Parts: sequence; C-alpha cells; structure tokens
Amino acid sequence: MNELNIKYHNNFLMEVEENVEEGKWVKMCMQCGVCSGSCPFGPHWAHPPQELFMMVRAGKRADVLNSDSMWMCTSCYNCVVRCPRKLPITQIMHGLAAYANHLGMAPKTQPTRDFSLLFWKNCTRTGRVNELRLTLGLYFNDGFMAGIRKGWAMRGIGLGLMKAGRLNAFELFKGHVCKDRKGVHAMLKKAAEIEQRRKHPAS
Amino acid sequence: MSEMKTAAYICQGCGIAERLSTKQMAVVAQKEGKMQVVREHAFLCNTEGVQMIRDDIAREAVTHVMIAACSRRAKTEAFHFPEITLTRANIREGVIWSQPESDEVQEITQEMADDYVRMGCAEIKKMKLPQGAPNKARNKRILVVGGGMSGLTAALESAEAGYEVVVVEKQKELGGWAARLWKCVPAKSPYIGPADTGISALIAAVTGHPRIKIHLNATIAQTGGAPGRFQVQIAGESGATTTEEVGAIVQASGFTGYDINKLPELGGGKSPNVVDQAGLEQLVIEAAKQGRPVRRPSDGGKVRSVAFVQCAGQRDGSGKHLPYCSGHCCNTSIKQAMYFKDANPGTDTAVIYTDLRTPGMGEDFYRSGQNKGVTFTKGAVSEVMTDGDTCTVKFKDLILDEEGSIEADLVVLATGQVPNSGVNIDIPEEEQAQARPVSILNLTYRQGKDLPQLKHGLTDSHFICFPYETRRTGIYAAGPVRRPMDMAQAVEDATGAALKAIQAVENASLGRAAHPRSGDLSFPIVRLEGCTQCKRCTVECPFGAIDEDEKRYPVFNESRCRRCGTCMGACPVRVISFENYSPDSIGSQIKAVDMPDEFSEKPRILVLACENDAYPALDMAGMQRNVYSAFVRIIPVRCLGSVNTVWITDALNGGWDGVMMMGCRHGDDYQCHFIKGSELANYRMSKIDDTLKQLGLETERVTTCQVAITDSARVAQLINDYAAKIAEIGMSPMKGFA
Ligand code: SF4
Ligand code: SF4
Ligand code: SF4
Repeated sequence: MNELNIKYHNNFLMEVEENVEEGKWVKMCMQCGVCSGSCPFGPHWAHPPQELFMMVRAGKRADVLNSDSMWMCTSCYNCVVRCPRKLPITQIMHGLAAYANHLGMAPKTQPTRDFSLLFWKNCTRTGRVNELRLTLGLYFNDGFMAGIRKGWAMRGIGLGLMKAGRLNAFELFKGHVCKDRKGVHAMLKKAAEIEQRRKHPAS
Repeated sequence: MSEMKTAAYICQGCGIAERLSTKQMAVVAQKEGKMQVVREHAFLCNTEGVQMIRDDIAREAVTHVMIAACSRRAKTEAFHFPEITLTRANIREGVIWSQPESDEVQEITQEMADDYVRMGCAEIKKMKLPQGAPNKARNKRILVVGGGMSGLTAALESAEAGYEVVVVEKQKELGGWAARLWKCVPAKSPYIGPADTGISALIAAVTGHPRIKIHLNATIAQTGGAPGRFQVQIAGESGATTTEEVGAIVQASGFTGYDINKLPELGGGKSPNVVDQAGLEQLVIEAAKQGRPVRRPSDGGKVRSVAFVQCAGQRDGSGKHLPYCSGHCCNTSIKQAMYFKDANPGTDTAVIYTDLRTPGMGEDFYRSGQNKGVTFTKGAVSEVMTDGDTCTVKFKDLILDEEGSIEADLVVLATGQVPNSGVNIDIPEEEQAQARPVSILNLTYRQGKDLPQLKHGLTDSHFICFPYETRRTGIYAAGPVRRPMDMAQAVEDATGAALKAIQAVENASLGRAAHPRSGDLSFPIVRLEGCTQCKRCTVECPFGAIDEDEKRYPVFNESRCRRCGTCMGACPVRVISFENYSPDSIGSQIKAVDMPDEFSEKPRILVLACENDAYPALDMAGMQRNVYSAFVRIIPVRCLGSVNTVWITDALNGGWDGVMMMGCRHGDDYQCHFIKGSELANYRMSKIDDTLKQLGLETERVTTCQVAITDSARVAQLINDYAAKIAEIGMSPMKGFA
C-alpha cells in the first residue's frame, strides 16, 4: 500500500512510537484541543499540537516531519499542565523536531533549528558555551554584510556589557574551555552510540 | 362515626399570634364556619397541642378537624390523625410569611387569614374519610414480557423478592440480544477489555427458579383487567392460549436494530463486508466457534483493517433516519475494535465519530481502546464504497478539516435501537395498522392496545422523576423499549421496574393508589344516575383507567386509577368526585370567602395551584419571604386537570376579580405528574373565553401559567404581575349578585 492507502492505519503512529521521545503518548490524545487553545504560540503555528497528533494518526508522515510547527514550541509547558489526558506534549514536540532533523526532513531555514544547531556546535566544541561566538555566529548566519549590519545595530549594548565586565572581546580568539575537553567529547560520543543503538528505519 | 362533629384549631405559635388576631379567627370559625369545637393554642404542634386534639377526638367524638396553622405540607407527622377527616388552613407560609409586617397592611393580612379559616371550615364539612377502593385486587404475581437482559433481570429480582413471576418470550429461547453478543462492555473495574455478558448464568438462574414460570415461543394475545387482577392470554406456538392471572406487568420488549438496508450510501446491504454491530458479533462468534480469526465475508480473506462508522442512521437531522443517539454504540464499537486488537495488535482499527459518547465508566474503556492502538478520528462519513473486496470509507476529517478516506476489509456501521413498543395508540387507527401492526400487550383498554408513547416510539415515562412509570398503572416499561440504553443501564432499569411492580401489587391489594399519590385511599366515585354518557372522562383519563360498559357508561377500574381527578375536572355534569376532594369541597371554599364590594379597592384573586409543584413553590416563597399580593386566596388542587370549569364560573359569578391557575409544564417535555392534566386544563381554559364574554367580562380575568417547584421567587412575581393587571382592568362588575 502506498501512503494514500495506509491513511489512518497505524504505520506512522508506530514509527513515531518507536523513534520519538514520548511518542507512545500520541495515541492517547482525545482531540479536545485544550493544548492548542492553551499554547501562547498556537495561533501562529500551521498545526498546533492537537492537529499534529491527529496527523500522526492519519498517517501523514511527510506533512508532519516537514512541518515547522513543532519547532515553534517554546517549552512553556502550558499545554502539559492542562492536557486532561496528561500527555507530555512539550516533550513530544521536541521529540518530533529531533526526529525530523535526524531524518533530514526538517525545514532547512527554520530559525529555531538554526539556532539549535549553532548552539550545539558551539557548546560541544569546548564543553562550554562561548557567548560572544554564539552571538556573532547568529549575526553572521545570514551572510557577512548582514552580520556587520546587525553587529553595528547592537554596538551600544555590546559596549555597555564590556564596560560592566560582562563581555570580553578576547573570548573571540581563545576563550574559556572546559577542563576536561576530552572527557566531554568521550561522553558525547558514548551518548551518540547509545542513540544509534535505538532502532531507526533506514532513511 | 356516622355523626359529623367539627372542630377548628388555631395555632398561635411561629409568630402567628404576634401578627394576627387568632381570637378573631376563632370567632370566624365559630360564627361563620359553624365549627362545633373551636380552640386556640399557643403551640399546636407540640405534644400538648396535639394531645388536645386527640382528646377532643376521643372524648368529644370530633370527626372533622380544621387546623389553621402552617402549610398542609408542614408538620404532617404531628398532625397525623388517620381516623378522622382533616384539612388545614395555611396561615403561616400563606399569610404571615408571605405578607410584609407593617401596621398599614395589618387589616388586609388579617382578612387573608380570616378567609383561609372560612375556606377551611367550608371545605371540611364537604369532606369524608376515604375508605379505600372497594374492589381490592389481590393477585401479586408479576408478568414479565420479554426474556432478554432486562426481562430476565426483572424476573429474577421479583422472584428473589418472593413474588411469583411469569415470563413470556416470543423467541424459542431466552437471552435476547445479550445472548447474541460475543462479549460485552465491562460493567466492573478495571474497564480495560470486553467482558463476559453473564447472560448464561442469568438464564440458568431464571430457568431453575422455583417461582418463575416461562412461556417460550409465546406472545400476548390479550391483556385485560387492572393492577392486582390482570387477565393475560398467552398465545403459544400452536396458537392455543393459556390464561395467566397476574397483579402487575413489566414490559421489557427490547428493541430491533435499525435496518442496515436503509443505509445504502454507507454500503448497507451492498456488500457482505459492511455489517452492523450485531452482524459483527455474529462474525466473531462464528470465528470463535471455529477457533480462527474473523475472515472477510466476501472472500474469506484476511482482515487487516476494520473501520467503525459511528451514528450510522442515528442523530439524523434529515428526518430520514433515527433522530436520537442510542447511547451504547460508541462503547460497543470500542469493544468490537478491541476484539481485533486483542487477537492481533497488527490489525488496523479506526473508529470514525462525530462525538464520542461513552457513558458510565466508558471513559476508562475509551482510554484503554486508545492504549491498545485503536485509531479514533473525528469525522463525518459521507460514503462507503464497496467495489471489490476492500471498502473505502470517505469522510470529512473534522480536525484536519480535509477530506479523508480509510481502506478497510470490514466496515461496521453503528446503527441504533428501534424500540419494540407496539402500536402507537395516539395516531388514527388506520395509520396504526400501517405503522406498526404488531401489538405487544393487546390491552383491552378503551384507550388502546399498548402503552402510550412519547417520542420516536419510546414509551412515555416521566423521564427524570419517575422513569419506569408508564401511563398505564401497574405496567412498567424497562430497558430499551423505554429509552435507548446499554446492558448495564438495562439491568438497573429492570431492577427499578421490578420494584415498582412489587409496589403496585401491594398497593392494589390494599385498595390504595400507586404513584404519585402512593397510599391514597380515596378513589373516584361516579353518580351514574346523573351521567350523560358524554365519554369525556373515559377519553381524557391520562391513565386509561376508565372503560365503558355496553350502555356506554363509564366503568372505573380503581386500581388503574392514579387519583388525579382529571375525570372530575372533565365531567360537565359534575357526577365524579372523591370522598375528600370534590366539585363541592373546592366550590364551597370559593363561595365561603368574604367578598368586599366593588368600591372597596380590595380585589380578590383566586389561585388554583397544583399541589405537586406550584403549591410547594408558593410555600417556599413564603419561607423566603417573597412577598405577594394580599388579595389572593390560594387553593391547592390535585392536578390542574382536576379543575372543573364550574369552579371558574362560580368564582366569576361570585365576584372574584381574577382566577389564576398554576400548573406544571406541559408539552413534549412535560413536568405534569399526571402527564396530561396541565395540558388538558390549558386546553379547557382556552375555551373559557366565550363564557367570559357571555358574562361581559374581560378575557384576562382567567389565566393559566406553568410553574416549576423551584420557582419560589417567580411565583410571587407572577402573582404580583397578575394583581397589577387586575388593578388595571378594574374590579369585577359581578360583585354583590351571588
Ligand atoms: S490537550 Fe491533550 S488530549 Fe487535548 S488535544 Fe491536546 S494533547 Fe490531545
Ligand atoms: S510547551 Fe510548547 S506546545 Fe505546549 S503550550 Fe508551550 S509552546 Fe505551546
Ligand atoms: S382521570 Fe385520574 S382520577 Fe380519574 S379515573 Fe383517570 S386516573 Fe383516576
């Protein structure tokens, strides 16, 4: 059966259950819509949580995984507090995002995703977040000229932070590092291995 | 107790003496009321006060007592003297509590109290002590019609309570629908999977019971008689009839599934792969017998996916199918989806619903279904396509707001329950024969063969307060014939109906009324010499209690009667009365009041209030000190249906300025305790305009209104609005002629 014929069958739901953090909860949603109504970002999403869950159950695999909706979640936990079925909605949102990213199906220019990737790279390199580099990285994400323009616009704040001793320009070159960098890297490698061991469909 | 000796007692307690002159009331009772014994007491309901009355009864041979104190609904235990005739004048709730305390209104408040004393004295002299229906019917056996879950439960419950039971089942074996189910929705914790129906055990218990007699392959050819003495002819397979005598009947005739062939757009009748819920049970039972999984009916192929279509031919607004929800079908579909999931979790099951309704502990059951991987989707199904061996269910996904479709090997339509209620006696006879020719009870009652229906073929019952009560005394409807329901509800229903049946035979054997005047010993007495054979009473009795003899005179069946008095209200020549409630007992009160003259600016408004709802609401108004006009005089009536138009014309001729009738809501969602009483009153009063015009009176001088028991604030308002209206149209010109 092609995707059209397996609509509303359990195929995609089972894939989500196996691969998405807390994915086994998706089937328990009773479609009350409380989450969508509670979400401060609800009106701005293409598919609020209730709808995403129904899409999973309807077998709309590509529509779900390509969606930028779950990337919009700010982890405010409003929905989790209110869901009468006690679904860990926030976790599922991030789980779906992570899974889409893993499969390479996440939208390429999604800002939350961009920032997450930048942050991950920045923090795993030395075991510590280098704030200056993270900020500048974000500024220059859209190209050199755009970076200069954003830096210039924010110069007042930058200078203020420097004066107050909250920002050190030399961090750009050397910066603080974690004492046991090797240890951090080994730990991350181990975690990646464990994750790999979890079943993923060949994608 | 042949001589009548009257006594009036006036209470000074509860602040009555501070507000009113009880002395003056005593004078009124003596001079105008002609009471032979008149006493005031500081605290009438205390031991000493009650003893004073008892002593008078014992020593002075008092037989008729009028107590002016609190409402007749209060202190009923203290003022309980079953050996004498009693009435009460309501000067507490009805006067001092509902009237403001001030010197300016003292005079009109006292007038109110004096009038209630006059009315009480007038009434008591027209009352007799009820002796109980003379034709006591003592058969206490209970007939149960229908051998399904409801019927068997009712039978076993009655038998276990010690009563003899006769069961009539039209099939060749007991069990009904329940026996045709593989499993049922669980009625006990933990509500996670299909459960055993328990029907085999129930059948065994009933079959082996020493007090239960069973007729299989049998129908009811005729039912005649009344509670305590029903004569039922039971027709067997051969056509031969046996007669059983019983005291009460439980009709548990169940339901028929809605015909799936009426749903061709949903594939009904077009493919063997589209079945209703009963059809699926059959497939599952067959498969289980052969120890194999359910197969696709069209080709015996593997069932990989099943779609359940909820509300198929139900909750239909088009008028083509059932308009109502059958209540059990969502839970049933969940259960049936579990049949597949429990056998093989790999089978896809989808339930397509518009609203998932899971009564009882169904929410847990629903969650369990979700947990087992049943897909639930909110959608409106438009079509089921049945080409080839796979069906395609087309629907609008109401969450995703787009057209969706599901391919399935098996489609289950959740069709509804159609009650087996017999003939609709309220439609013309020609149509009856067409609509549903098969009668269940074949009653010989003048008003028709079966239980009256309310809506959609379901038997009439007072849905909220008295669910098992039908409009035929001693015959109780239980199970899906009364309203659509699931098995757990049917069991509860049957138990309730069995208890009502027991109550009915016990009451009948004592010559007492059944619900809602349970225990009432009065009964309608007709003076046949005066009867004009107009047939109004036989037609209007809401309970079919009155038959006609060959000369077309009414024949009252006391044990069928609920003592509502509707016949008494209907009778144009006033020959029907009760010992303690009659055209005269109310009429004399209407005539007893002191009627101020036209120039007094003191109008008089008569309020006839239904004692079931309106009168308690008026008492409550008093308790809450909701002030109403001091110009009203309130008389409680058994039911607005018992109001005879003669009271209205008497009142108007006697100079009353307005008449207000307060009854229960009527119509499809009626609240009337006697079902048709308030409706009939309303109808009769719609005809009174002519009389008013003849008298040269404004039509506003008579009004009816619908009041609920909770309307304690509203009743006062209604009275005050009406009093204002009467003030506007002015005093009645009829004063001083009577
Ligand atoms: S609040 Fe919970 S149950 Fe309701 S739609 Fe959202 S996830 Fe589903
Ligand atoms: S946690 Fe995420 S999905 Fe839930 S309400 Fe907040 S932003 Fe919305
Ligand atoms: S109308 Fe009421 S009182 Fe009269 S016979 Fe029928 S049930 Fe009895």
